[in-house]
Amino acid sequence: MSLRRDAARQRNIGIAALLVATVIFILPFLYIFFMAVKTKQEAALFLFDWPDQWQFWQNLTDVVKTRNYMLLLAYFNSTVITVGAVTLLVIFGAMVGYVLQRRPSGWNKLIYACILIGLMVPPAVVPTIWVLQGLGLFKTLHGMVLIQVAYGLAFSVLLYRSFIATIPRDLDEAAIIDGARPWQVFFRVILPLLKPVTVTLIVVQSITIFNDFTNPLYYLPGKENVTVQLTLFNFQSQFQSQFNLLFMNILLVTIPPLLVFVFFNRQIVAGMTAGAVKG
Amino acid sequence: MKRKSAYPYWFVLPAAVVFVTLFLVPTVASFWFSLTRWDLFEAEFIGLENYRQFFREPFLIQGLFNTLIYAFVTSGAKTVLGLLLAVLLTGGIWFQGFLRSVVFFPVLVSTIGVGITFAALMHPTRGVINLGLAQIGIDGPAWLSDPTLALYSVALIDIWKGVGLATLIYIAGLAAISPDYYEASRIDGATRWQQFWRVTVPLVRPATVTVVTLSLISGLRSFDVIWATTRGGPGFSSDVLASVIYKQYQAGFYGLSTAGNVILFLLIALIILPMTWWFNKREIDL
Repeated sequence: MSLRRDAARQRNIGIAALLVATVIFILPFLYIFFMAVKTKQEAALFLFDWPDQWQFWQNLTDVVKTRNYMLLLAYFNSTVITVGAVTLLVIFGAMVGYVLQRRPSGWNKLIYACILIGLMVPPAVVPTIWVLQGLGLFKTLHGMVLIQVAYGLAFSVLLYRSFIATIPRDLDEAAIIDGARPWQVFFRVILPLLKPVTVTLIVVQSITIFNDFTNPLYYLPGKENVTVQLTLFNFQSQFQSQFNLLFMNILLVTIPPLLVFVFFNRQIVAGMTAGAVKG
Repeated sequence: MKRKSAYPYWFVLPAAVVFVTLFLVPTVASFWFSLTRWDLFEAEFIGLENYRQFFREPFLIQGLFNTLIYAFVTSGAKTVLGLLLAVLLTGGIWFQGFLRSVVFFPVLVSTIGVGITFAALMHPTRGVINLGLAQIGIDGPAWLSDPTLALYSVALIDIWKGVGLATLIYIAGLAAISPDYYEASRIDGATRWQQFWRVTVPLVRPATVTVVTLSLISGLRSFDVIWATTRGGPGFSSDVLASVIYKQYQAGFYGLSTAGNVILFLLIALIILPMTWWFNKREIDL
């Protein structure tokens, strides 16, 4: 009796929640899609309705061609920055996490203090530009890569440190007895074992860096350095009368995270909830 | 003879070089440059003049208060809604897995894209939200173009985009609570309401600490959503510290911009450090 009542309750609440979630969370995305395929005149009305005329391909090619294929350059730049920064974050983060977990010493306090600072302190923008200029890294892609590494390190180290704690020390010791040098122990034995957490880190940091707007805005000005998020910002003023193209661009920058989400759902959840249980 | 450690300190070196050069050095330098009139090449020491100017200009002070309002509103809403959604989405209702994905997906989407979309949806006369409200007889407000409401409208967009992360963290926290507590309290005759307050809320505390800390820090530093929707306007009504820093930088007032940075840093430290200390102290009492 009560079981059947419970089942009905779970169904009713589920259906109600689905309706509310559709209005609040799904309709805005549907709106982006409809706006992206409409004609210029129809999109300017801002209405949420079925497009009278579908011009998906034309809008797509129009937005790609805008300002001499700026969007393609932006995808290239964003990819270079993301791949470069995430690679370094994996290697550097794992190396620090490894020493931090395996070798207790007075230095660890200093490292933890740096992690806390890295997670909490807002970057000092203009002084950073000053340092970048001094090093000849301002307005360069590799400068941007290093900035993303500096800002992402704290999170990477924490994630690796807690995972390395679950790998038995016997493995390191066996390799050392076999005559392996420290860097061989790390790169040949430990790093391959970190694969699950590495995948998590790659997914979470890629999305963060790909979506980053503020840092390229400050450290990577110039139209040859444009990144994907900045095209959106640039087109916002240019497409005042062409909302269909603006929304096509939004659609295009939303697709990569959507694909990553579909394929790496589990890793994203693991990365985002790291530390939630232990506090 | 002392054996060399298998965990050499040079492993830390590459990370340390990048972090120190591009994070610590600018942070330390910001304290000095905030005391100067500065054009990136020459810095002239002017004492506390930048700070004095900061607290003299009404719109800069407003930016400071807006930052606090924005951070507490978004953080509070994400914490409360996140917990309620997590309880709802762990109760075994229909479509549970799908609903979790739907609530979480906006976290991964470009903030600028979300900002532009909501700026269109919140258009005072043509926007879908107000047209929808008109259908049920409500006269919708001007959202982003009403100076008294703009900051809260932006906060609403931020909550929409960020509540999924809070929910996800709470779901992980709830999963760590042993079902025995619910079983025992049920046998003792506790209602669902009592279970929520006496079992769930106290035991999900580690997740609460994470959600509150993360959302407060990101709320205090928030820039993207505001810049994509109102750019601090109308007037200066939705300016926060991060947008003031950017505006002063654009205007070429590098010293003043850096003073804003230092103020933001101190504000975060003054809120987060005592809070962390208080959370840790309570942990020992339990």
